Amino acid sequence: MPLQSPEVYIKRNIAAVQEYSILVGKAVANIFTPPHYWADVYTQMDSIGVGSMPIIVLTGFFTGCVLALQSATALTEFGAISMTGSLVSLSMVKELGPVLTGLMVSGRNAAGMASEIGSMKVTEQLDAMRALGTDPIRKLVTPRIMATVFMLFFLTIIADALGIAGGALMSVSLLGLNANTYLHDSYRGLVHGDIVQGLTKPLFSGFIISTVGCYFGMKTTGGTQGVGRATTQAVVVSSVAIIIVDLLVTRAMIGIFGS
Amino acid sequence: MPADLPTPGDQTPVVEFKDVTISFDVKPVLENISFSVDHGQTLIILGPAGCGKSVLLKLANGLLKPDSGSIRIFGQEITTMPERDLYALRAHIGMVFQESALFDSIDVEDNVAYRLHEEHVPEAEAHQRVVEALKFVELEQAISKFPPELSGGMRRRVSIARAIISNPDLILYDSPTGGLDPITSTTIIELVMKQRDVSRSTSLLVTHRLQDAFALATHRYDADNGMVAIPKDGPDHGVDPGTKFLMLNDGGVVFHGGTEELVHSKDPWIVNYLS
Repeated sequence: MPLQSPEVYIKRNIAAVQEYSILVGKAVANIFTPPHYWADVYTQMDSIGVGSMPIIVLTGFFTGCVLALQSATALTEFGAISMTGSLVSLSMVKELGPVLTGLMVSGRNAAGMASEIGSMKVTEQLDAMRALGTDPIRKLVTPRIMATVFMLFFLTIIADALGIAGGALMSVSLLGLNANTYLHDSYRGLVHGDIVQGLTKPLFSGFIISTVGCYFGMKTTGGTQGVGRATTQAVVVSSVAIIIVDLLVTRAMIGIFGS
Repeated sequence: MPADLPTPGDQTPVVEFKDVTISFDVKPVLENISFSVDHGQTLIILGPAGCGKSVLLKLANGLLKPDSGSIRIFGQEITTMPERDLYALRAHIGMVFQESALFDSIDVEDNVAYRLHEEHVPEAEAHQRVVEALKFVELEQAISKFPPELSGGMRRRVSIARAIISNPDLILYDSPTGGLDPITSTTIIELVMKQRDVSRSTSLLVTHRLQDAFALATHRYDADNGMVAIPKDGPDHGVDPGTKFLMLNDGGVVFHGGTEELVHSKDPWIVNYLS
């Protein structure tokens, strides 16, 4: 890859941020004005939400299992193995559930959005849409944002629940803990602030996944190679953004609710 | 605000470009382009590859905005028009893209009825109009097929059906015969001719195939016999009076006028291009 001057690099990235903001502004404004493409919103909810269920179920469950096993070693040293329940539930609900769900859905759906919209861009289908009187942002981008934010919320809840279940299974079968005690501790370990924190993060992640995926799709140039590049960039940028925003939201929530 | 349609006898040009300039990199693709197209006329746009012909069509439809200059469509200035009004204006403009640009995840019926579905036209009426449009392009049997199942020529004809279904007053054709064999090209040119002579719509046609351009200029559509040559000893002397040529080269207009003038031009570049 050729070296670029820092000036060109910085200008290009600032221009990209500007274009991204304009796209997001238009897409969000479209939520409040007619016409609305509800059929597309439902189709996307099915494809993003229901379609991601298998990987979310597996990810959540096995993460909970691994968490229980790994933490058992350290906890046993302090004689605190009974705390496995609350450790697993706190970790899943506050952090691992939202972030892993976000990353899984990002890999699956940000890539899907970028490649679908990118392919439409390079074959002039977006121009054809405009020529036929349909605004591509209103028809393609806004439904995806609405669907992803809505569905990621529920996918995270499922991942959390399965994570706690996975931890329970491991604790009872391999670590010899009592199921009732485990589940009771899981429940007791959580406070209101933890739930709010854990369910606010998916709203941000969902927004990032859909806007970044659609942005790279709409900016695709250069034929099939361009579509491949756009897809890769969409996944990389949305994954990194999810993790960075996770830190910011965590800090904000600690500020609001106390640690 | 809905666009005002041109009324019969209206002298306002349907398309008017004044000193339009647009550039993508350093060199302008189009520089100070000026021309106009009257109601019912057909303007054939010729020029070498990369001279900005497709860009010109996209400017006419408001898909691109020029860096400077004025573009008036149906007498309305589109360079400063907000997106919402542009969409209302596009209800009267049909566009046929170079690579057909059909939506490949929906079938032919949904492709052709796309605009009607957007306007919430009842299903029965929409279906009827789709069948009529496909009859015009002679493809009724392909109504339930998907674009990947169609040949290049069939896709091109479906995109023409999609563009004309709402009876537009202005049609923009971007290389409608590009990449097609001679027989299919003749079929497409016959359809363009049919649209010109039967519906009397204004059109801009971009092509780099001279044989198609001259076929369009020297023939007329007849309901019984298809493409028929205009008699040389008749009142029109073998050429359609409403068909004009615009030649572009190096970002500028090299020629703008009728068929006779083009053929008898003394400009060495034009003579070379036509030979």
